[in-house]
Amino acid sequence: MIRYEGAARRLGDNVNTDYIISSRRKRDTLNEKELCKYLMEDIDPSFAGRLQAGDIIVAGSNFGCGSAMEIAALVIRGAGIPAVVAKSFSRTFYRNAFNNGILLVTIDTTEIMENDRVEIGLDIDGISVIVNGVAAGKCAPLTETMMQIILRGGIVEYIKEHGGL
Amino acid sequence: MRGQTIAEKIFSQHAGKRVLAGDNIIATIDLAMATDGSGPLTLDFFRKMGGVKVFDPVKVVMVFDHYVPCPNDKVAAMQDDMRVFCHSGNGQLMELGEGICHQLLPEKGYVAPGALIIGGDSHSTTYGAFNALGTGVGSSDLAAAMISGRLWFNVPESIKISLHGNFQPRVTAKDLALYIIGRLGADGATYKSVEFAAAEMLSMPERMTLCNMMVETGAKCAIIPGDRITQDYFASNVSFVLADSDALYEQELVVDLATISPLLALPHQVDSIVSVDQALGTAIHMGVLGTCTNGRLEDLRLALEVIGSRSLFPGIELLIIPASRQVYLDALRQGIIERFVALGAMVLPPGCGPCCGSSPGIPSSGENILSTANRNFLGRMGNVKSNIYLGSPATVAAAAVTGVISDPREL
Repeated sequence: MIRYEGAARRLGDNVNTDYIISSRRKRDTLNEKELCKYLMEDIDPSFAGRLQAGDIIVAGSNFGCGSAMEIAALVIRGAGIPAVVAKSFSRTFYRNAFNNGILLVTIDTTEIMENDRVEIGLDIDGISVIVNGVAAGKCAPLTETMMQIILRGGIVEYIKEHGGL
Repeated sequence: MRGQTIAEKIFSQHAGKRVLAGDNIIATIDLAMATDGSGPLTLDFFRKMGGVKVFDPVKVVMVFDHYVPCPNDKVAAMQDDMRVFCHSGNGQLMELGEGICHQLLPEKGYVAPGALIIGGDSHSTTYGAFNALGTGVGSSDLAAAMISGRLWFNVPESIKISLHGNFQPRVTAKDLALYIIGRLGADGATYKSVEFAAAEMLSMPERMTLCNMMVETGAKCAIIPGDRITQDYFASNVSFVLADSDALYEQELVVDLATISPLLALPHQVDSIVSVDQALGTAIHMGVLGTCTNGRLEDLRLALEVIGSRSLFPGIELLIIPASRQVYLDALRQGIIERFVALGAMVLPPGCGPCCGSSPGIPSSGENILSTANRNFLGRMGNVKSNIYLGSPATVAAAAVTGVISDPREL
């Protein structure tokens, strides 16, 4: 139903929302296309420069921990990243990402390296990941509500269609 | 049929059916709160979703606390947008200088036992102190809930934490919170409800500190069962939500408060927990006493008690940020603010202060900060070349007079 393929951009454990985008940047704009230039700047100043639209972020555990600020998810989307694969996600980031059409995949990412070719496929049976042509993991199917949200590219279209949850 | 946890009961009451951990539900919400950190995007989403009026303006609250006083024209425009939205009959506004959302909502009577509250701020877990289920959400969830009064949830599994014993002098709920974070880890309770079994030894401000920080374990919510202290706080007959004796827990922890010593979270991870003893003598250049974790009257009073008749260490910068205007007034009337000012501390307006670098108080490069806040991520306070240690008001006070990390019990 949804398929993405891109190069892995590798990060470690506990990448918090302040690292994704620093609060001090939010004083001037909330435009994700502007802010994506500063993606991960506090932990890796060259990260945003290396990114290309379509790349897939691959991280360790607890990705998106810390603040509930949605701008963290928007900035990732603004950078053209369609999906994040990690060992685990914080719950607020998890919701925010799906609400904005970013596909999150929870699998063991230990063996995935920078620049690996990552393919992600979502269907009613779950989400599968293929790395450099080899099956690398599968996670459980989405709930009905989440599936409806992601298939519409986010919660905005869902609410427009249904008038509310 | 097994019994239910507090979270399962509160979600059942708001889903209109009996639900258990693992169920995916649509629930009605009792309150939706946005700050000037999350509110501007919330209004953006609200409009994109076709929102015109909120489901109930009495159940929508917006608080200006992140940017106080307003630092520039761009933030001023965002705050103005929220102001106009609320003044057009879409919500209750709490203005600049009134205080931090997590202090104001309880103070102004918006939090009640059994309530389901969503906040556009991760520390919304604080409301669990009042036997409510408070949980942080992003701006799009908030906007969706403001339109229909409903939101989807996964009913969480629960971790049970049994407390017994009493704190040593100058050991606080902050140290207990850091202890639990150290035990569970920064993702130890992700997606889960942290539920305390019996907390009669903890005052309401202590419960707020504890529930506030449980989000640092990844928890969806943290809830204290209603008891005599809850009853006294509400000063009226309220009904509580208690767990069934045969409720099912994912894991159980037992904590003897008497065994806890003053603790610190070392830079730059909230779960990098050590005893103050292990960091004695580390130079501290700035002390921060405030935030939604520890900006209450009891915190300010404890810090002064530790300082005693001493002076501040020469050159140390001590910031005092009362959590609300009410706390500020009470501290003024009790002479607490006067003492801090006479000592040479700076008193900032009620709000989040420099906790996440949004308001002034940014540290300089190479500085070590000891803060009563709840996060110490690299760059959190607006300078990636500074190091943030987290500790209790007593531990911050001890460092403020010695210039180094010190055991507040030894002063």
